[in-house]
Amino acid sequence: MYKLTHLKELESESIYVLREVAAQFERPAILFSGGKDSIVVTYLAYKAFYPAKIPFPLLHIDTGHNFQETLDYRDALVRKLDARLVVGSVQESIDKGRVKEEKGYNASRNRLQTTTLLDTIEEYKFDACIGGARRDEEKARAKERFFSHRDEFGQWNPKNQRPELWNIFNGKKNMGEHFRVFPISNWTEMDVWQYIYQENIEMPSLYFTHERACFERDGQWLAAEPCMMLKPDEQVVVRKVRCRTIGDISCTGLTISEAHNLEDIIDEIAATRVTERGGRADDKRSETSMEDRKKEGYF
Amino acid sequence: MELLRFTTAGSVDDGKSTLIGRLLYDSKSIFEDQLEAVEQASRNRGNEEVNLALLTDGLRAEREQGITIDVAYRYFATPKRKFIIADTPGHVQYTRNMVTGASTADLAIILIDVRNGVVEQTVRHSFIAKLLGIPHITVCVNKMDLIEFSEDKFSEIVQNYREMSAKIGNKAQLHFIPISAKYGDNVVSASDRAPWYKGETLMELLENISIEHKQGEGSQPMRLPVQYVIRPISDKFPDYRAYAGRLAGGVLKVGEAVRVLPSGLESRVKAIMQAEKTLDVAHTPESVSVLLEDDIDISRGDMLVGVEDTQPVVNQQSKMMCCWFNEQPMQLRKRYIVRGAVSETIGMVQNIDYRVDIHTLESIENETSLKMNDIAKISVRTANPLVYDCYEDNRTTGSFIFIDPDSFETVGAGMITRNND
Repeated sequence: MYKLTHLKELESESIYVLREVAAQFERPAILFSGGKDSIVVTYLAYKAFYPAKIPFPLLHIDTGHNFQETLDYRDALVRKLDARLVVGSVQESIDKGRVKEEKGYNASRNRLQTTTLLDTIEEYKFDACIGGARRDEEKARAKERFFSHRDEFGQWNPKNQRPELWNIFNGKKNMGEHFRVFPISNWTEMDVWQYIYQENIEMPSLYFTHERACFERDGQWLAAEPCMMLKPDEQVVVRKVRCRTIGDISCTGLTISEAHNLEDIIDEIAATRVTERGGRADDKRSETSMEDRKKEGYF
Repeated sequence: MELLRFTTAGSVDDGKSTLIGRLLYDSKSIFEDQLEAVEQASRNRGNEEVNLALLTDGLRAEREQGITIDVAYRYFATPKRKFIIADTPGHVQYTRNMVTGASTADLAIILIDVRNGVVEQTVRHSFIAKLLGIPHITVCVNKMDLIEFSEDKFSEIVQNYREMSAKIGNKAQLHFIPISAKYGDNVVSASDRAPWYKGETLMELLENISIEHKQGEGSQPMRLPVQYVIRPISDKFPDYRAYAGRLAGGVLKVGEAVRVLPSGLESRVKAIMQAEKTLDVAHTPESVSVLLEDDIDISRGDMLVGVEDTQPVVNQQSKMMCCWFNEQPMQLRKRYIVRGAVSETIGMVQNIDYRVDIHTLESIENETSLKMNDIAKISVRTANPLVYDCYEDNRTTGSFIFIDPDSFETVGAGMITRNND
């Protein structure tokens, strides 16, 4: 007898959402960060439209503080899929005086990305940005819709979201407004890894254990890269680490890990007692920091 | 592993948050940093005990006011199943949120405080579950510890609930469990304080309950709403034309004769694809793309159905049970955008047959407008014919939303009733 698995049901739902985006919007783009979630979204888009090419470009907001492995992976994927790549540069936003770089030890370009993202959306007139955010990641995201409406300032209004029933999505909007669409809303971190394993999707090397120069700050391991300013008492040491999430270097916590393949990663996640965003410095700023950033137009 | 979606409605007093907290906690789905954050937030608010409601109430306004104002989705898994909880507020003014959460649920948990029995809120939540066609209802009779796990009291509530459920015409499968969410009795592990109860714990029930209704097995008619036409227009695939969609009912087979609605054109299934993979058979709710034997005109919004199957209705006229969502009242004869899974047309409400008083469940006639959270039977006329099934038979092809053409907001939801009854 036929058995519907959770991965099959989730995959089917996500492909349905991606096809709705292609049908309902004129200029959508996939927000591609090089992390596992946006990689899975891109893979699902490939499946949704095969044998046609993915009908939207990949949009990467480059903070200038990316791991080289992320950029290499991105470029190889774009070549493989024959996709179009659009890059929005935070460095350019800084040079143009659109944003001001944070100072101090915990300075991060994470927040500056919002301006670069909104500027890029405006420049290319994107009317829907497809992201890999999941509802299980964070409490503000637990209330996010699949089709999330943004006003002309790119803001999210969590108190007045459109009701979303069954699988009927309403992508109608006025001039200047746009949507964020989250096809893998209902996936958990475990689902994502199980799916990557099932489909044998190639992943960036950063997710697997490797030796790296790093330092510890507030109980969190961070990469000792030139963009990171070390406090006097912080020691650079070499550790066997892997990334559980991949973002900008300044806010990507490293996990001490020996996981060298997908099975190891799945075992590690099954045993872990800390959420993946537990390693994200950007979420720790206040109790509702994600909601506040999302309202401004963050991913 | 299978996926079960369930909904919980209720206010903090019912112990809903405690119950969800316990399901998450006992299935080890709450992580240390989340628990730490909740402990910290509880202390900031001067709460003495850890307030598990803070796990689900994520938005700043909700945390400040201590209420749930929107649907929150929660995830947990056991070795047997993965679960999605649509956690919704329980008060009358949040009927629309309950309707939203219920729309995709396979099961509803209805919480009853054993000291209060079946009350108005129980009736209201049960009515919404029935309206949205949730196949399973699990009634958790909570706070059993306060009445020393009295079997008589439990049986009395079961009896009362069955009578009420029959009265509102609910065809869902009913399940009853005596629990104490606070102490965990019969939530995840069996209680030794209610030896007379021989049934499953809530977790066992969630893990084992049948979800065959999702898979479109048996005699359910095949329905494939066409979402998107895939045309690569490349050297490798010059004339390729595939119809992409998510199966909304039944089973689709290669070689099957299919009809396109509303046009009525017919062809046969040449191939079923999932990316590079070809399938002989596809099941609900899989996303597929389909190649047909003949080159016929099909576009987004059309529906492929089995020629041999019971046919859906194709009509400009329809009757729906409607829930209104917007602060702007529904107006008769105003033009709204009516949207189904993938189709869209302009329509107007010609008549409100009756409104349901959500407190007494009485029908009220001669209404001329609907306010936010109102539920009513309406007669709709659309510019183009809608293709639909009765909602009871198919929750995908029997459901529609109303969009205001000025604000573009989703202002209402409609479910097709049977044979205009």
